[in-house]
Amino acid sequence: MSPAMALWVPLAGAVLIALAGRWPNLRETVTLVTTLTLVVVVAAVGIDVWEGARPYAHFAQPFPGIAIAFAVEPLGMLFAGIASLLWIVNSIYSIGYMRGNQEKHQTRFYVCFAVSIAGAMGIAFSANLFTLFLFYEVLTLATYPLVAHKGDADTIASARVYLGILLTTSIGLLLPAIIWVYVTVGTVDFVPGGVLAADPSFVPRGILEGTIEGPALGLLLALFVFGVGKAAVMPVHRWLPAAMVAPTPVSALLHAVAVVKAGVFTLLKVIVYIFGIDYLFEQHTADWLLWIAAFTILAASIVALRQTNLKRMLAYSTVSQLSYVVLAAAVLKPLSEVGAAVHMVSHAFGKITLFFAAGAIYVASKKTELAQLAGIGRRMPWTMAAFTVGGLTMIGVPPTGGFVSKWYILAGAFQSDNYLAIFTVILSTALNAAYFLPVVYAAWLLPEGEAPKQDHGEAPWPMVLALTTTAALSVLFFFFNAPVLELEYRVVEPWPGVVP
Amino acid sequence: MTLEHHLPALQVVVPLLTAPLVAVLRPKDLAWAAATAASAMAFAISVTLTSMVLDGSVLRYEMGGWPAPYGIELVIDSLSALVLLLVTGSSTVALLMGRDSVARDMEPHRQPLFYAAWLTAMAGLAGIAVTGDAFNVFVFMEISSLATYVLIAGGTDRRALTSVFKYLIMGTVGATFYLIGVGFIYMMTGTLNFADMEARIADAPTRAPLLVAAGFITVGLALKAAVFPLHVWLPNAYAYAPHVVTAFIAASSTKVALYVLLRFDFLVFQGNLDGHAIQFADFMLPLAVAGVLFGSAVALYETNLKRLLGYSSIAQIGYMILGASLLDQAGVTAGVLHMFNHALAKGALFLALVLMARRLAGFDLLQIAGIGRRMPWTTAAFLLAAASLIGIPGTAGFVSKWYLVSAAFAQGAVGIALVVVIVASSLMALAYLWRVLEPAYFGTPLETEGNDAPTPLWPLLVLWVAALANVYFGLFPQLPVTLANQAAGALLGIPATGVFP
Repeated sequence: MSPAMALWVPLAGAVLIALAGRWPNLRETVTLVTTLTLVVVVAAVGIDVWEGARPYAHFAQPFPGIAIAFAVEPLGMLFAGIASLLWIVNSIYSIGYMRGNQEKHQTRFYVCFAVSIAGAMGIAFSANLFTLFLFYEVLTLATYPLVAHKGDADTIASARVYLGILLTTSIGLLLPAIIWVYVTVGTVDFVPGGVLAADPSFVPRGILEGTIEGPALGLLLALFVFGVGKAAVMPVHRWLPAAMVAPTPVSALLHAVAVVKAGVFTLLKVIVYIFGIDYLFEQHTADWLLWIAAFTILAASIVALRQTNLKRMLAYSTVSQLSYVVLAAAVLKPLSEVGAAVHMVSHAFGKITLFFAAGAIYVASKKTELAQLAGIGRRMPWTMAAFTVGGLTMIGVPPTGGFVSKWYILAGAFQSDNYLAIFTVILSTALNAAYFLPVVYAAWLLPEGEAPKQDHGEAPWPMVLALTTTAALSVLFFFFNAPVLELEYRVVEPWPGVVP
Repeated sequence: MTLEHHLPALQVVVPLLTAPLVAVLRPKDLAWAAATAASAMAFAISVTLTSMVLDGSVLRYEMGGWPAPYGIELVIDSLSALVLLLVTGSSTVALLMGRDSVARDMEPHRQPLFYAAWLTAMAGLAGIAVTGDAFNVFVFMEISSLATYVLIAGGTDRRALTSVFKYLIMGTVGATFYLIGVGFIYMMTGTLNFADMEARIADAPTRAPLLVAAGFITVGLALKAAVFPLHVWLPNAYAYAPHVVTAFIAASSTKVALYVLLRFDFLVFQGNLDGHAIQFADFMLPLAVAGVLFGSAVALYETNLKRLLGYSSIAQIGYMILGASLLDQAGVTAGVLHMFNHALAKGALFLALVLMARRLAGFDLLQIAGIGRRMPWTTAAFLLAAASLIGIPGTAGFVSKWYLVSAAFAQGAVGIALVVVIVASSLMALAYLWRVLEPAYFGTPLETEGNDAPTPLWPLLVLWVAALANVYFGLFPQLPVTLANQAAGALLGIPATGVFP
């Protein structure tokens, strides 16, 4: 299966959704059929990758030595897999949310959503930094109408922050970084040459190895880290809380999975394929990245502690969790890189569940503040049960997916006796517990405060179905994570080789 | 001799001879049709000429059979082909969609004269691009300038008269400076042919008059090309001209002046005249940087959309000069390439304004509020062209930014500073276009506005062709890159591909 299909399917879906805009039932059917088709396509590509192939597709050649092309490798495969899988669940949820809330401009919503997913697929499968940058911007621009969906003055102001930060950092820092790489090594391909790309036993060494050294290397890394605003490393995280004005399905899939994961995925890929973990480890110029990631993890957790709005608390939790991936990548040890990849999955399952729950609470009861949630567990047991599972994943309690990734991140940190990383992970676990457990406690055990304006139970069934599914995925990932691990090991170990 | 051989001459002759015919044609729609057909034919000739020089060859044509350097010689190389494509292409597209707009802007009996002036302007601009003779350039420059003044003042807006007067004074000063410079060179070398000048300039007994000539020519052409700080005629001329005219001249006229500037400074002076680098590169580079920053910064605070785009053009011209004044293959390629890509973006933007003018009372940023909902297709095309102007990847504007930044990186420490300038200006472009797009999509329309008749399909199609060209040349930039690369090679005297004389 050509990886380009993963791009064409959602784009074709977007066109069909636009054409079917006048008939909502047909439109939603088209959305669901598109999501299912995409999963089949991604799975087909995934099977090829699993069997050791490296599917490649070439589209255009705008500059000498730079193509718009796709080459699938384990990291991108994982990202595409989560995004496409969760798109199905999210679409079911969206239908319930958008209808239950009687939102306007629903056709625009579904069209932009499909285009955003196409952007995410493009990022996941890109063969070089240039293609990645192209789709990075597609994703930014396609999500803007989703963030500004409501269209009132506050929303537009927030959406301006969103677009402003993401475009400014990408054009101002990321693009010069990419051109710097191009000027230095004459290519921006993640894997130099097509020959090595086809060899599954190839372990990336970093195309910059032996070229840029010392402080310049650190500067280039900084351009990447802050240029990829989607990774939300402080101080370029402000767009993420701003994006919370969007309808909840957008926050759930895009601002917990597709967009933010596109950010950390880009950083991970740049560190592994462009810099090379061993080279960066020797050069010691990436040490500052550990500190800034640790700072982001802790600072965002402390800010999350002080939030009173549920979605904003989740947003800051996301900022914190994203930097786990950055921290793990910055440890620069094989196990921690695997941990970074796995954390993308476990956080995705957990955070989408939490957002789904927040949206379900909003649709059923119009409640948005933490203080209003006392006793809500009795009215919405399924929703709050899922919320509890999501919270436990964020903390990293077994048997949830969050435990698996923390395990590997810590293992990687111990490989190099990186006490800063170990200390940060432990302290942050405590902080995560401090802001999730009170919510869970209040929802289940405290009596309901003021009586709701109207009696309510659970949200519409598609939403409940969606959030229980993702909660179940969070738990299942604890038990059945071996395929993901085995796939991601190939990024750091020759394959076929030692299977963990 | 075949017809193909005469194409360089026909490039100018077709529009120039059609112009008087158009002036007497009645009714006005027939005049429009004749002008559009002539323009389209000129475009077809340009495309054919481009295909003939795409392999790196140079076409030479002796006017009246008089051999150069005694007769006038027409020379078509990659650079002239690229400029010809811009001139005839933008003219054709603007005419194709401009009939209704012109009909609204002026009385019926003046329209045939307007179209005649249009063809004359186009013939003059094309003439500058094809000729290989310095004095001939001056003649065509005057032809095109005089016709352009008529075009700009041709609408109903009385403010155009003062702005065109300013343009006329400054344009005449520029052309006179050029003529003085050419006179000095003729005095020292006895020739007016570019190629001949290049060969003889080294033999000149003294250097001083040549340096003076180079100074006059560079400043005069910089005036015509609106290089900062000689740009003051441009914003008002763009703002008060009929909208179709703005689309045409924004895509073509400054580029043609730049073309002559590059021709003269590289082909004739650079490498033949000691100390010329100080007069050109070292002198132009700071001006280019200042222009880039100044144009973008003013655009950030401008409240009239057409003037805003005018100031943006000043910044973009800065990019072209910036690339050229790096004096290496990559830099000159980037500068020439940006001439092409900027014409695509700015042309499409102004074409979108032609359609928007149907619904809007004016182009104040307050007046365009809500246009995105009233004219979704037109505004979407505007958005696409704006993305290209900013340099969003996948658009033509990105390609030239990429080449420009790559070329700057290769310059070492100065280069890093230039990269910062380019990036900062791109971000300012994002901000000033955002000031347009946000009210366009989210603003509440003012109550007092005119008709809400649906946008006719044909002009919209033409607009979308222009807008999609930005995407096409963003993904498949081989044609302009090849032309720009060969042009840079020829200008610098390094054969890039093919054989250069």
